[in-house]
Amino acid sequence: MDATITLNVNGKERTIITDPERPLLDVLREDLHLTGAKYGCGEGRCGTCTVLMDGRKTLSCVTPVARADKKTITTIEGLADGDSLHPVQQAFLDEGAIQCGYCTPGMILSAVALLKNNPQPTDEQITEWMNGNICRCNGYTKILNAIRRAAAQIAEVKIP
Amino acid sequence: MTENTYTKEMLEPQRSEPVEEPSPEIKLSRRTFVQMLGTGLLITVTQGVSLGQRARGRSGQSITVAARLHINQDGTITVMTGKVEEGQGPRAQLTQAAAEELRVAVDQIRLVMSDTALVPDDGITAGSRTTPSTVPAVRRGAATARELLTRLAAEQWQVDSSALNVRNGTIRNRTTRQTITYADLAKSKDVAEAFKQSIPSDVTLTPVNQWKALGVSVPRPNSRDIVTGAHHYPSDIVRPNMLYGKILRPPSYGATLTSIDLSKAEAMKDVVVVRDGQFIGCAAPSSFRAAQALEVIAKTASWKTVPHPSSKEIFSYLKKHARTGGRSRPRTSGSIDKGLADASKVLSETYEVAYIQHTPMEPRAAIAEWKDGKLTVWVGIDWPQRAQRDLARTFQIPAERVRAIVPDMGGGFGGKHSGEAAEEAARLAKAAGRPVAVHWTRAEEFTWAYFRPAAVIECKGGLDANGSLIAWDFTNINAGGAAIDTPYNIANTRILSASSDSPLRQGAYRCLAATANNFARESFMDELAAAAGADPLAFRLAHLDNPRIRTVLEAAARHFDWPTRRKKVTADIGVGLACGTEKNSVVAACVEVGIDRKQGEIKVHQVCETFECGPIQNPANLVSQVQGCIIMGLGAALREEMQFEDGKILNAGFAGYLVPRFKDVPKIDVHLINKTDIPSAGGGETPIIAIAPAIANAVFAATGIRIRSMPMRSALLKQL
Repeated sequence: MDATITLNVNGKERTIITDPERPLLDVLREDLHLTGAKYGCGEGRCGTCTVLMDGRKTLSCVTPVARADKKTITTIEGLADGDSLHPVQQAFLDEGAIQCGYCTPGMILSAVALLKNNPQPTDEQITEWMNGNICRCNGYTKILNAIRRAAAQIAEVKIP
Repeated sequence: MTENTYTKEMLEPQRSEPVEEPSPEIKLSRRTFVQMLGTGLLITVTQGVSLGQRARGRSGQSITVAARLHINQDGTITVMTGKVEEGQGPRAQLTQAAAEELRVAVDQIRLVMSDTALVPDDGITAGSRTTPSTVPAVRRGAATARELLTRLAAEQWQVDSSALNVRNGTIRNRTTRQTITYADLAKSKDVAEAFKQSIPSDVTLTPVNQWKALGVSVPRPNSRDIVTGAHHYPSDIVRPNMLYGKILRPPSYGATLTSIDLSKAEAMKDVVVVRDGQFIGCAAPSSFRAAQALEVIAKTASWKTVPHPSSKEIFSYLKKHARTGGRSRPRTSGSIDKGLADASKVLSETYEVAYIQHTPMEPRAAIAEWKDGKLTVWVGIDWPQRAQRDLARTFQIPAERVRAIVPDMGGGFGGKHSGEAAEEAARLAKAAGRPVAVHWTRAEEFTWAYFRPAAVIECKGGLDANGSLIAWDFTNINAGGAAIDTPYNIANTRILSASSDSPLRQGAYRCLAATANNFARESFMDELAAAAGADPLAFRLAHLDNPRIRTVLEAAARHFDWPTRRKKVTADIGVGLACGTEKNSVVAACVEVGIDRKQGEIKVHQVCETFECGPIQNPANLVSQVQGCIIMGLGAALREEMQFEDGKILNAGFAGYLVPRFKDVPKIDVHLINKTDIPSAGGGETPIIAIAPAIANAVFAATGIRIRSMPMRSALLKQL
């Protein structure tokens, strides 16, 4: 039985009539054509599908869309403020923390959620928080540098 | 699964290494292709510039300048290459290559990659070949274009070309200070005419000491699209009216379908079901719906299964089926029998390497669209022209009716030499009469993609009374011959790569067999050093002439402070080193490991690696490649291993197959050596080969236990 789901995605109200069991990831990608969140494993074990739901890190591949009803979703497409990149996005560019880039949207959104709760994380806290996000190019070293850089920048300019 | 989904070459690791075989000439039909390139540039390719000419980019065969690049009237330059970007940096590097020889800034170059309708065939993206083959090919094309443009300016001004120089895309007469830009020249018909000429193989390229665009860190040109989510990977492509497809997979390897009832799925609303022999798939407006339909289909299927060896018995199986005679001839020097007979100490050991999976973050994906008897696919594959040829063969249509496009994709590591999803999507799309996307699940990628070969490696070494190595007998069963030769000076050697019957479909992997061969060789060298009572570094250097390997080995030891660290080894903290060469680059690594005796775990604390691949073209990207190789190497060294039984993969997911994560990342020191008196070699593979043996050697230094398997953890658990 299809259900009517209302989402606020990247600042826009969206109404979808669909099977409530479908993963949020599928709805974002297939119905809303927001393909920034990626499929990596379908089991919530790799983090490529990470989005923010009411500001919290959420694995959209294991989140039935019904659970996102009336929630606010931020995908990578909605993170920048117009042409102005979020400090975490900018830090990934500045550190060159991109190889194939397929994990990058999930990495960035995970890091955004971390820095929102803990603007000055220790390396151990970053590692612990980010451990659910896999990069198979194994660009972890530069990704860590990017998150450190973003934290420093956020502290400096006090961007939320 | 149909037979022709798997090409024979994918089953044979030796042949799945990048083979730059000539492709049959592709003839352009009478149609005119109108193509959009770069910043609104419209190129019309007519019969005059045949696709056949475009197809001959490989193996040093000549293509026209026009097939390689186009000067746009806005001053930008569109450069075309068949190479694929999957994260290792060719997009930046080839952009730099063109900018260097054209004497323009890198941001003036628009690189069009991997679209069979637009680009020359530069061969497969594999084997670290972009740097030594495609970079020079692009540089030759760009240098030729610069010379032609300069000549045209000289003709216009009626001066000798030598009176002119080029900077930032502007040609200047040094005497008269007259200038003209590439963009201005491009407006004339003379340029189009001049660019019809073939790119000569002997055009002069800019020497390393004058590099401006090459040799500096240039970020990936489409980085911003990556961090904003604007870039569309193969699995992100959406076409109007498209469906999502799913394919029925056998429950185990070799199983064949005996009966099936498709009627229930066919009755499902919005679902298209396709059967073609053993191929059964379905498509629906959402992947969720397609998966539901597939489940309905799968419930009705009966299969005939066949016996299949398990991972528990794989090494004895490979050894039993090894083909050591016939065509598998060993390479020899001196007399191995005499060397072993003369030795005062002989060691004989066997090493084992498990099958592993590449697990790129983006599993195989493709979307296929048929229009007017022509097929267009967007697919994640290392070689668009291979996809084009394979699809043309499968659907029995001329190659020019197939267009294969590879959007920058989500990782490969040697694992995407085949484009199965494109064929599957094309079959479904043909039947559905609509575009169909097929996105493999992680479990499908783990099961139906190919694996890095497992190996059994038998080593015998003989030391004379002085502790010098005088005999070396080395046989690799199944993994292949990459880096199998020893770089050490040994009078009597016998080296053999023997094939076997691999029960799993196997193929290329980052550095392929070089990892297995280097693991066994560098571990065994350590065993021989211990037997000779020598320091592992001194023992290697005593047998090593190769100046490049010596340089990186000595540098790594120096940066790591090997002598001091070696003296500080305890039962819980060990240090080890290893070195090697492959694909014309050299590497050495020193590592420190900690042994957790309670958990039976190896924790890598630090990796100090020195790498040299000739003149460095993009330092930041090379650092990324070396870091990536080190961490990827840790996974295969410590944990990654395919487990299988009765033709089923038992760990087809990230819960059972443990790839490196943030918590596994050690302190990494990368030291690059910029050797400018030789040609550049690729750097995305060889840095992986020193990691596993350096770890095994460090574990031995701490514990006295020699682990002769990759991965190592389980073996250690058993022994402690």
